[in-house]
Amino acid sequence: MRRLKVVAVTHNTAPIPVRGTQERKGLFRLLEEKAKLVRRETVRLSRIAGAGHYTGTFSCAELFSALYHSQLRFRPDEPGWKERDRFVLSKGHAAIGLYPVLADLGFFPAELLDNYTRLHSPLGDHPDMRKVPGIDFSSGSLGHGLSVSLGMALAARVTGKEYFAYCLLGDGELAEGQVWSAAMAAGHFKASNLVAIVDRNQLSIDGSTETVMGVEPLTDKFAAFRWDVRRIDGHDYDQILDTFSDIKHRSDERPFCVIADTVKGRGVQRMELEKDWHVGNLMGADYDEVMAEIDAGLQPARSLA
Amino acid sequence: MTGETTTPGTNTSPQEISGVFRGSADGATALREKSKTEQGIRASAIPTFVAGEELADLAGNDARIVVLTADLASAGRTIDFANRHPGRFFNIGVAEQNMVSVAAGMASTGLRPFVSTFAAYLALLCCEQVRTDLAYPGMPVVMLAHHSGMTLGYYGTSHHALEDLSAMRGIAGLTVVCASDASELRAILRASLRHDGPVYVRMGRGRDPEVYPDVPENFAFGKAIRVAEGEDIALIATGSQVRPCLRAAEDLVKEGISARVVDMHTISPVDATEIQAAVDDIGTILTVEEHNITGGLGAAVAEVIAEYGTPVRFRRHGVPDVHVALGPPAALYSHYELDAAGVAGRAKDLLQQTRGSDR
Repeated sequence: MRRLKVVAVTHNTAPIPVRGTQERKGLFRLLEEKAKLVRRETVRLSRIAGAGHYTGTFSCAELFSALYHSQLRFRPDEPGWKERDRFVLSKGHAAIGLYPVLADLGFFPAELLDNYTRLHSPLGDHPDMRKVPGIDFSSGSLGHGLSVSLGMALAARVTGKEYFAYCLLGDGELAEGQVWSAAMAAGHFKASNLVAIVDRNQLSIDGSTETVMGVEPLTDKFAAFRWDVRRIDGHDYDQILDTFSDIKHRSDERPFCVIADTVKGRGVQRMELEKDWHVGNLMGADYDEVMAEIDAGLQPARSLA
Repeated sequence: MTGETTTPGTNTSPQEISGVFRGSADGATALREKSKTEQGIRASAIPTFVAGEELADLAGNDARIVVLTADLASAGRTIDFANRHPGRFFNIGVAEQNMVSVAAGMASTGLRPFVSTFAAYLALLCCEQVRTDLAYPGMPVVMLAHHSGMTLGYYGTSHHALEDLSAMRGIAGLTVVCASDASELRAILRASLRHDGPVYVRMGRGRDPEVYPDVPENFAFGKAIRVAEGEDIALIATGSQVRPCLRAAEDLVKEGISARVVDMHTISPVDATEIQAAVDDIGTILTVEEHNITGGLGAAVAEVIAEYGTPVRFRRHGVPDVHVALGPPAALYSHYELDAAGVAGRAKDLLQQTRGSDR
């Protein structure tokens, strides 16, 4: 019997459309829908598990959406494609928002989401690369991801490949010393194909980062570690897309750091900058209200007093 | 985290501390040598640190091999690899945890990283990175954990690794293996390239006396090597203690005692079949390790014996659950009876003991 040769499709090969064009507006609409998917599914899966990391996932919904629908090169039909861009979710507790993105792209059947965290489900609170196609590295223990991503970036140098390694870090995570060992090494090795994105959502578990353990001034910190740094609004697609476009056209030899200023819990007003929603479980009418709020799209965000 | 390469007041590097066997020609020669070069420690001062050289040879035919160190390229002789394959060598600086996780990222792309630093830092400082970034995702990273046990002598407990086997063998999916000499280290490195998963390789301080004249054939993880045959007592040893056990066996023969010596190079998975053979054939077993008696080789053997269920005379010999005294390695081996004379004495003590089944 003859076998059909399946040609795997590579995503996000086209250049990011420039501001003001119809293509850009079309991409906006797509990204908005995909960010709603992230938030909706986070709420749904949290109910399946009985608890979920809502707020730290909502803060990076726009980043997930833009990364997977405009920036990262990958092949859902060939998750192990060696030339793919790597993505390491160093803040592994946001996996609940990443799984729906991967399922939506066809990395694995969406039905697996319905058994999220159940016995023998491949999908746990923190992602396992051995069980979930599309996860480039297992995470969960904060502070490791930037080192792992640096290893992937340096490996491209050894093997002569041209991919980028992206790492999404939390801001509370920056208190881990290993992050700065990795940052120092990345600057030292001039890992220009390494991109760190800090989800600067202002809160760690016990409260404001600047109360629990101050991380600012972040731009100066990464610059001092020999990084090229840009600070943007992490919920603003124009700023995200312009930055992503620049990443592909940079000639700088330094690693690139995006400080994405975000709002923890963004998109669900009762959760915005509320530390008590780091982990929670919506029930009954609250569940329906939150789903409706997400469907309505982003409203102006709350800010820390 | 790592110490200076010279010790105040001695002008000798840790690699120059006198040999395991007091009065041995090797140790005396090494002490007399001027052992420093512009590139650090001279290879001749640490002749069994062959990993850099062996990996440089293997890398000629294996493009997957990369080597990382944490500011100890000379002390562990990975510099021999760096000199021949500079594009595949990464000095991560004094950041051992970063090194382990960087290697994990490299391994995820298909490379075969070897990371090298003091055992104390790989096993204890990086324990969580080893568990979470290597063993849990099954990354084929090989750890070259040199200067294990108390080989760093008077550097003190901060630089000793007498708990590393205990920590490492508790991690699922991690192979834990000890090199007794240069030839066995070469065999371990070759086997590690055929192995699909992480390996912790426990090494001494680079001047271990020869156990194997040639690289042991058919070397396999989890398959112990019987290096001497005997009938009265089985000495099950690992790493640096295989050679003292062989010497002890030679001395015991003169007193009419014949000892089987087993090189239990792999601590996890331990060779249960070989342990059960010692139970069935001999019934008197002494384990010997340069490690705390809690959690290491002796504990692994005890677990097998206990579950096997046949009564035996059994003792663990090692460091007796203390942070060891300060002193040069040779003095420490003598003090803790981890030299040939000490092992022979412990063997005779055990043989004089009444068997449990004879009570």
